[in-house]
Amino acid sequence: MANGKQPSRWMIWLGLADNSFTRQKTVKFGDASAVNSGRGYGIISVLAFIILWWVATASGWINPIYWPALDAVFDRVGKLANEGFRNVALWDHIWISVYRVLSGVVYGAVIGIPLGFAMGLWSVAKGFFDPIVEFIRPIPPLALIPLIILWFGIDEFAKIFLLALASLFIMIIAARAGVSSVRVSKVHAAYSLGATKLQVLIRVVLPNALPEIFTGLRTAMGVCWGTVVAAELVAADRGIGSMIMIAKNFLNTDIVVIGIVIIGLIGFAIEILMRMLERKLIPWRGKG
Amino acid sequence: MKALSIKDVSMVFTVPGGDPVRALDHVSLDLQPGELMSVLGPSGCGKTTLLNIVAGFLSPTAGRVVLQDPEPDGAASVVTGPGADRGMIADTDASVVKGPGAERGMVFQQGALFEWLTVEKNVAFGPKMAGKPSSDIKATVEHLLETVGLQDFAKKPVYQLSGGMQQRVALARCLANDPEVILMDEPLGALDALTREKMQGLVLRLWDETRKTIILITHSVEEALFLGERLIVMAPRPGRIEREYRLPFAKRGLNESPRDIKASPDFIEKREEILSMIWEMEEEIMGRAEGVGHG
Ligand SMILES: Nc1ncnc2c1ncn2[C@@H]1O[C@H](COP(=O)(O)OP(=O)(O)OP(=O)(O)O)[C@@H](O)[C@H]1O
Ligand SMILES: [Mg+2]
Repeated sequence: MANGKQPSRWMIWLGLADNSFTRQKTVKFGDASAVNSGRGYGIISVLAFIILWWVATASGWINPIYWPALDAVFDRVGKLANEGFRNVALWDHIWISVYRVLSGVVYGAVIGIPLGFAMGLWSVAKGFFDPIVEFIRPIPPLALIPLIILWFGIDEFAKIFLLALASLFIMIIAARAGVSSVRVSKVHAAYSLGATKLQVLIRVVLPNALPEIFTGLRTAMGVCWGTVVAAELVAADRGIGSMIMIAKNFLNTDIVVIGIVIIGLIGFAIEILMRMLERKLIPWRGKG
Repeated sequence: MKALSIKDVSMVFTVPGGDPVRALDHVSLDLQPGELMSVLGPSGCGKTTLLNIVAGFLSPTAGRVVLQDPEPDGAASVVTGPGADRGMIADTDASVVKGPGAERGMVFQQGALFEWLTVEKNVAFGPKMAGKPSSDIKATVEHLLETVGLQDFAKKPVYQLSGGMQQRVALARCLANDPEVILMDEPLGALDALTREKMQGLVLRLWDETRKTIILITHSVEEALFLGERLIVMAPRPGRIEREYRLPFAKRGLNESPRDIKASPDFIEKREEILSMIWEMEEEIMGRAEGVGHG
């Protein structure tokens, strides 16, 4: 409504009033881009959760064995940050998990991307690896943990091997999809401009596949983060997953909850970071 | 510039579970060096197929495409497989086109620019692949961007340009490679009427300056008449050359105003003649399709 009163900036920021973009739209139900963020309700839900937590535990309504009191959690976070958990600093628990994920993803990508490219470009690789990839793809990496423990025990190598395997197949599939998404006219154009096969690969196919590869990296990060926590739950003495598991054995529910929150926050941070990197590194995404 | 011969080319597409499609049926053509030929025809008559065969992206079922040096004892090459066309001697003095190659530049309808590169890097692509010294490349790119009026956009990513500007980049990229023959498949098809008219002027000017051999496919009768020194009209099922014209308008367009030419009686007369011919072909196709539908 052009002559309507302007809503206040606060109402717009809270997503409760139409902003300058959604105001132009008349069709709102069904057009996802026309739906206001409703950030205000988000704040309400977070506050409600915290208040519920506080009331339920402070009143003794919930046994702290099942869910810790809010103030106890804050105390414990301070203690964990200062003294660590089981002789290992909290940061080290977090870092070792992140480090495992990063190594797994890097190994998976280094092997998976060239393999995926080969599968998209060369019939021998396509035929040879296709059954293997299609067979392993639906197997959740967690199902491989027992086998990997049998093979490699529970040391560092076993964990990174599992994570590399988990990201390997994601990266193969992403790279292969990237190669097959190249528009033929671009390849034709490059050949017509005198490019050799190698030049077409490096100058056309590779940049064209980058958006897909990046999506693959993001997925691999997410999957590996979930997998590392699960692997640490099964067998580890360091890492955020093992911290939860050990704390559980001592009925330290507060540490369990803290660990869960940290896992969620880091998973979220990884996603945000990857999106920022993507916007920076592949600004042409979706513009071809 | 080299002469281009299309010798008795036929193309049959075999479709799994369907009748074979005779996209081209014994098509022969000779282009003199520096000739600008436009190609018209109803949808599906094999224009793109013909161009793809000349470009070396498709291998014809029969016949061949030959690039010939106009010098009395010059070499010629037949178009046949990737990269093999350069320096490949098939006949004593002709090279058969065997695959895509730098001597046949292509301007696509749209979407063939490299969106991860800037305007200038797109234009520099061909010379860079050929390993030209970077100072030469820089000079070429600057000159060409100026020619197509995009010198201020050199550093922009191509996806930030309008459709008309993108096609100018495509033209410049093609010219940067200094090809013998330029093949254009509806290069102006996606543009609005006004931009399109301006671009026609640009194509004509570039042709005049470079004297390249050019084949230009278009759906616009007016564009085909205005730009083609020669004009072939193709007919479908099987795809073949139906009529051929030699036209004065392209030469006149170099000096006269395009609007005057397009409004002149002889231009209008030709336009109506060709329009009604294509109209009849379309009618016939529709009639046949209807027959199938009701049969
Ligand atoms: N790869 C293919 N497989 C099977 N049939 C094809 C193939 N490519 C083209 N054809 C058929 O060949 C005929 C000619 O196609 P072509 O694309 O050359 O037509 P065109 O003249 O360029 O049409 P338009 O003006 O619509 O671009 C059509 O009947 C088309 O269906
Ligand atoms: Mg076509």
